[in-house]
Amino acid sequence: MAFATTPTASTNRGWYKRNEIAITPWLFLILPILFFAVYVIIPIGQSFWISFHEWDGLGEKTYVGLANYERLLTDDRKFGISFWNNLKWLVLYLLAIPMGLFISLFLNQTVAGIRLYKSLFFFPFVISQVVVGLVFSWFYFPNFGLFTVILDLFGLEIKGGVLGNPNTATYGIIAAGLWPQTAYCMILYLTGLNSVDPEQVEAARLDGAKGYKMLWYVILPQLKPATFIAFVVTIIGALRSFDLISVMTNGGPFGSTRVLSFYMFEESLSEFGFRMGYGAAIAVVLFFLMLFFIVYFLWSMYQDEKGGH
Amino acid sequence: MFPTPIEKTSRSWQISYQIILPIVLIIWLLPLIAVAMFSIKPDSDFANGNYWGLPSSFEFFSNYGKVFFESNMPRYLLNSVFITIPTVIGAVALSAMAGFALGVYKFKGNLLIFFMFIAGNFVPFQILMVPVRDLTISMGLYDTVQGLVLFHIAFQTGFCTLFMRNFIKALPFPLIEAARVEGVAEWRIFLYVVLPLMKPALAALAVLIFTFIWNDYFWAVVLTQGPNAQPVTAGITEFNSQYRAAYHLMSAGSIVAALPPVAMFFLMQKHFIAGLTLGAVK
Repeated sequence: MAFATTPTASTNRGWYKRNEIAITPWLFLILPILFFAVYVIIPIGQSFWISFHEWDGLGEKTYVGLANYERLLTDDRKFGISFWNNLKWLVLYLLAIPMGLFISLFLNQTVAGIRLYKSLFFFPFVISQVVVGLVFSWFYFPNFGLFTVILDLFGLEIKGGVLGNPNTATYGIIAAGLWPQTAYCMILYLTGLNSVDPEQVEAARLDGAKGYKMLWYVILPQLKPATFIAFVVTIIGALRSFDLISVMTNGGPFGSTRVLSFYMFEESLSEFGFRMGYGAAIAVVLFFLMLFFIVYFLWSMYQDEKGGH
Repeated sequence: MFPTPIEKTSRSWQISYQIILPIVLIIWLLPLIAVAMFSIKPDSDFANGNYWGLPSSFEFFSNYGKVFFESNMPRYLLNSVFITIPTVIGAVALSAMAGFALGVYKFKGNLLIFFMFIAGNFVPFQILMVPVRDLTISMGLYDTVQGLVLFHIAFQTGFCTLFMRNFIKALPFPLIEAARVEGVAEWRIFLYVVLPLMKPALAALAVLIFTFIWNDYFWAVVLTQGPNAQPVTAGITEFNSQYRAAYHLMSAGSIVAALPPVAMFFLMQKHFIAGLTLGAVK
């Protein structure tokens, strides 16, 4: 190329033109980074800072050091219940993955109208969690709720209804949450099943592989990307559970359905007064719980990045 | 190919499959079917204890009419539209730019910035809640549609950038190089070479973000109060306290609130699913 060789030409091109490739990405990134920093990155730091204070959200902050954390970990029964419930959510929510896989295998056929069936099975995921919560609280309603009626047929009865009984309420809400989450996992596996290599399946079939052996050794390894995403979104969904609890039980009965995200909201913005410092400390604990998974996700993605180039 | 295609199985299993399919579907959607049935029943059915029998009269128009003409529901729906549409446009635009920068250029800190977007997207909402609420109040945007929109754009940019960057990275790079050799300015490459190729990604994200934002409840409760700015997810709880124990109206209200994303999903199914699988599962 001849054009950049004469000195006059290069000065005429100007500073921007000469550095175009180095500068352009930053021009494109300014706005997104600005937005993201102001609303996401900086607030994380601020929350940490607030968690070392006592603050009602209006007046002056009083620095209290680690006092909020001390109280959380030593004598806060509500925190204990919330944390324990979070663990229940984490473990039980993962059931969405095998359930989604099961339904996707059931639907992975070509019969008339199957596309519509798949969409209708996916339906619960598109509905807002608030509506799912309402729908399920009517479903569980004592006396006339459909679930109660069905239990009645089998001669079973839950005292106070599923959501009115502290022993069953959390499980009732998790079941409601599993409904849309299973639909999500199902769609992930359905798309994954589309790309399963038919030749490998044929070859395995010739070798006599069938049923669950085929599933375990031939199909599942090929569904690994789908499983990874299902795992990521399910873990995040479990730790983000707020809408359902807020709509279905509002933390009750007797505070038995609180999770950290709900408890944090309650402490910071409830009618009992704004305890932002204490709320922030709860949020920080939840953040670390999540960070454990975030690091794992990022690490897996980083391995992919390295492998891809 | 897995499980064994139905055409290759016995006749009896083929028939039973066709019979089982609708039954399983009905069981799966039972809670929803119940609500849909509630929403067309007259008030008297609930008073008489006729919860699960057939509606004694068909009250579709009067129930849904009440939702639309005798409550704040239309106001809430409109708020939801004014929150959702600008957010979709803003988040998709910002992330297209960020995705272009991160997907096309090699520079120091590229991967770091990319991972910052991803990590931020996974963060629990609660750790942002107090500072974001303060920021919104201090900008005078508490209880406004704009306050919610700004936050949603910022937060969704994380997820969208992940998607856009991976999509752009998979585009044929020689195309961009060819344009450079022609002396096309970099911003023109973005506008005229890359952007037209990104149409499927733009569509997928638009549909997905629409659903996410329409269904958001947490931020609606944190950043707004009352019918001025609250979206329909938060409004439905107020609606329900207005019509306490009027199950036919509460059901009708819930269905109205849930409908727009459902319609979106059925109209744009292909894009929706491409978005959900993050483009990673083809």
